[in-house]
Amino acid sequence: MTTTTNPEPATRPAASPIVNTFTAGRLPSYAPWLVLGTAILVAAAVFGVLALAAGSGYDWGGAILVGALLYIPSIWLFSMLVEGRRRAMDRLVTALVTGAFVLAMIPLISLTITVVTFGLARFDAEFFTFSMRNVTGEGGGALHAIVGTLLMTGAAAVISIPIGLMTSIYLVEYGRGRLARGITFLVDVMTGIPSIVAGLFAYAVFSIFLGPGTRTGIAGAVSLAVLMIPVVVRSSEEMLRLVPNELREAAYALGVPKWLTIVKVVLPTSIAGITTGIMLSIARVIGETAPLLIAAGFTASMNYNLFDGRMQSLPVFVYTQYANQGNPPEAYLDRAWAAALTLILIVMALNLIARLVARFFAPKFGR
Amino acid sequence: MNLKRFGVPAVIAVTAALALSSCASNEGGAAPEESASTLSGNLVGAGASSQDAAQQAWIAGFQTANPDVTIDYDPSGSGAGRETFLEGASDFAGSDRAFKDEEIAAGGFAKCAPDSSIIELPLYVSPIAVIFNLEGVDTLNLEPATLAGIFAGTITNWNDPAIAATNDGVTLPDLAITPVHRSDDSGTTENFTDYLYAAAPAVWTWEADGVWPFEGGEAAQGTSGVVDAVTNGTGTIGYADASRAGDLGTVAVKVGDEFVPYSPEAAASIVDASPFVEGRAEGDLAIELDRTSNESGVYPIVLVSYLIACQEYAEPDNVELVKAYLGYMASAEGQDVAAENAGSAPITDALREQAMAAIDSIK
Amino acid sequence: MSSASTAIKAKQRPGDRVFSGSAVFAGSMILLTLAAVAIFLIVQSLPALFATSEDASILPTNFWAYVGPLVFGTIWAAALALIMALPVSIGIALFISHYAPRRLASLLGYIVDLLAAVPSVVFGLWGIGVLAPAVQPVYSWLVDNLGWFPLFAGPVSGTGRTILTAGIVLAVMVLPIMTAINREVFLQTPVLHEEAALALGATRWEMIRTAVLPFGRSGIVSASVLGLGRALGETMAVAMVLSATGAVTFELLTSVNPSTIAANIALSFPEAYGMNVNVLIATGLILFVVTFAVNAFARWIVSRRKEFSGAN
Repeated sequence: MTTTTNPEPATRPAASPIVNTFTAGRLPSYAPWLVLGTAILVAAAVFGVLALAAGSGYDWGGAILVGALLYIPSIWLFSMLVEGRRRAMDRLVTALVTGAFVLAMIPLISLTITVVTFGLARFDAEFFTFSMRNVTGEGGGALHAIVGTLLMTGAAAVISIPIGLMTSIYLVEYGRGRLARGITFLVDVMTGIPSIVAGLFAYAVFSIFLGPGTRTGIAGAVSLAVLMIPVVVRSSEEMLRLVPNELREAAYALGVPKWLTIVKVVLPTSIAGITTGIMLSIARVIGETAPLLIAAGFTASMNYNLFDGRMQSLPVFVYTQYANQGNPPEAYLDRAWAAALTLILIVMALNLIARLVARFFAPKFGR
Repeated sequence: MNLKRFGVPAVIAVTAALALSSCASNEGGAAPEESASTLSGNLVGAGASSQDAAQQAWIAGFQTANPDVTIDYDPSGSGAGRETFLEGASDFAGSDRAFKDEEIAAGGFAKCAPDSSIIELPLYVSPIAVIFNLEGVDTLNLEPATLAGIFAGTITNWNDPAIAATNDGVTLPDLAITPVHRSDDSGTTENFTDYLYAAAPAVWTWEADGVWPFEGGEAAQGTSGVVDAVTNGTGTIGYADASRAGDLGTVAVKVGDEFVPYSPEAAASIVDASPFVEGRAEGDLAIELDRTSNESGVYPIVLVSYLIACQEYAEPDNVELVKAYLGYMASAEGQDVAAENAGSAPITDALREQAMAAIDSIK
Repeated sequence: MSSASTAIKAKQRPGDRVFSGSAVFAGSMILLTLAAVAIFLIVQSLPALFATSEDASILPTNFWAYVGPLVFGTIWAAALALIMALPVSIGIALFISHYAPRRLASLLGYIVDLLAAVPSVVFGLWGIGVLAPAVQPVYSWLVDNLGWFPLFAGPVSGTGRTILTAGIVLAVMVLPIMTAINREVFLQTPVLHEEAALALGATRWEMIRTAVLPFGRSGIVSASVLGLGRALGETMAVAMVLSATGAVTFELLTSVNPSTIAANIALSFPEAYGMNVNVLIATGLILFVVTFAVNAFARWIVSRRKEFSGAN
């Protein structure tokens, strides 16, 4: 990743030996923490009184939440009184932005805890070496689904990354006039294809050419590619547009051909963003259930051939294990959660690899 | 060049997949030395998801006995299953309802010989339990009209006198009732509403339908969704496959003069107490369920799911396999396997005899 | 925007021709795919558009009466999700790009990206098992105390599986993609602009308002469009979490909620047969059109505001 300078305005006056002119009228650096602590204490006290009055149990989550909410106006008020309107606004936004981040962490942490606690029950060797062939009730594994997911997502990526990336290059570097506008428009339309429609489409196309009821891994891959391409195009386009024109012009001025400029200058500059976009698009499709259920079908056995026979995938595995539980239901639920955990770990690994790749190729310049 | 760069994760994914290519430990390898089976091939079925747990068990049992056979059952839903079978994309179908007379008359079963009739076998019989989540209450006795009132939204509180009247000694809380129904189109809903319409026509005025007939109450997806909603809610009541009732409270419904809790035997006996649909071809064992039966020990809220095959196949390739697999499902062993793994009600010997005769006629 | 090619005609080398050729080819592939999808959708939908309840059993009267409430539900759920997700995603993106310590920032970005990896089925499971029971008491409180406000009218759902819960799940699902794009755009703000603003004595917020946000405006809209596209088309999570009864209502906290098109397809498709299949595919076509209209609207806003943009 390219890095960014992140000037800290608060550190600027600190070096000065003359205290008064720069730090007068500023809240001390510990002030935000003090205000936050007080706010939570006040909220906790209020909740305590309420809990006593209602005779119910003490709600820790609620107290902390209300306290955090209380912090936002109080830091603004203090800053307003001491530092003036502009700094108060700055502190308010800082509080809000940090709050947004903390807020987003709540579902993430809750999800992670849920998936890990339920998923670990069956996260064992058998899970990664067994398929579900001839397995009822307890035991069994998801090897067939893991292989299917990797193969189908891989095939979808092989189809859509070149197409998506080249299209975004066309749109940013070459595209003029009608065709470019048309493609932008169509990519917009494509983002709107509901995943289930993509599945129906792939199923219908392969039924026409290979006979009715054909369900193969490649049909699943095609439906995923239909969903993946617009995400790749939109995100890469956005990143390519952000490459400063000065860089391109400098390359042209040195007599570098346009295509080489794109490959050697434009792409490396934006590679971190593009990789993020591509990883997001993979993460987007690897968890798709509905299209794969329709296009690639469902099986309990291993299948390594994309072009022949039904193929299982992890999300479909999760879904069918959850939706069609047998006896005992816990065995099915445990397998579903373990598969969900596996899927998330796979995406994490892919993400990590992509980041290393991006770091390796990104130009080392001082941003 | 950029391909090389961005292809790396994909390439790694593919290589990883190839590295995983050593066969699953439970597949292959196991030499079929003791198996005398000569059957081999690939059978595809599709249809009702209600049967899925049973199908998995049947498939496992059948494949173990016949190692060269692979059977795939696609729990894509009854409608999709019938459609798939109609267009010839599957060898057999599972369906929560039999084909209608006009559908059979229209014909066009692509897998079947031109003049062949179809075989429909009620091999999966499952009681539908009415489940509820009420602290300290494990079972309730309810009249059909009371049950219909609860689901129709006319009885809205658990302390309603109509509920109290049939439940002496049970403390009913002052709590709103949240009826939960299936939000998807399902055979379970069709059978449940069929029962309500037949047993309490004065309160329940909607005909049987796979889709919940009015806007009201809470909706949840699939059996699992209903069970989850009932489990996680307060004062909730819903209906689901009995095998999934778990620790939830269940309702005993009034049949004749007694209150009957669900049980496999009670569910199987309603099938025997009901007549076959008239005017069907030989081997078409579609059943007209008698929901208002007053016979003792009969539990009327059941789901009957059919296995559907051709009487005569156009291509002879898979006929032996179809016959063997259907025969296995109908056998006492097959029914016991399903009962153990899916909580279904084993069919009676009388019905099995007829089913076996029908299977033998397949060619 | 960026005008890479100058007015002066550059010499065309073979490499250029191959490269631009393949770029055009890729663009045309998209055209082709989309045309195929569109033809498939239209051919399958046409008979359904004029069907009545006699042709297809799931229609109450005609097709439009069937799809109307679904369109309402789709837009309503997606709008709820976007209202919640947009400010939060901008906040997170700013936090990562301009507030968090630099070493921490890339780690935090990675954590948010992880949310994108969670399959929708798992969001569904989490929504039913964790989120809905957790918010149900809050909903009860809202109905008891703020029930006079039309959106919060009762009776409260006993399970918490309402359209607001579905909106929250959708918001969490679209957050990563929106945050990732916003973050990358904010990080690309020319450092000179930022430093110039700071040098003039701007506070951090004033710097962001005058340099970062104007620069990132089109990126924010792009992010929203992608997020909205996902929210509109999300299938499994909504189908699992939402108690969808098909009513048209703005009430957020009751058991009676509108369904969405995608969820309805997933719920009804397995049991559909004959004309009903065409009806469902036609609702897919409508979803397609709705999403497109929303996208076009967003594009129009961007182009209208472009001249006021501080960047470029």
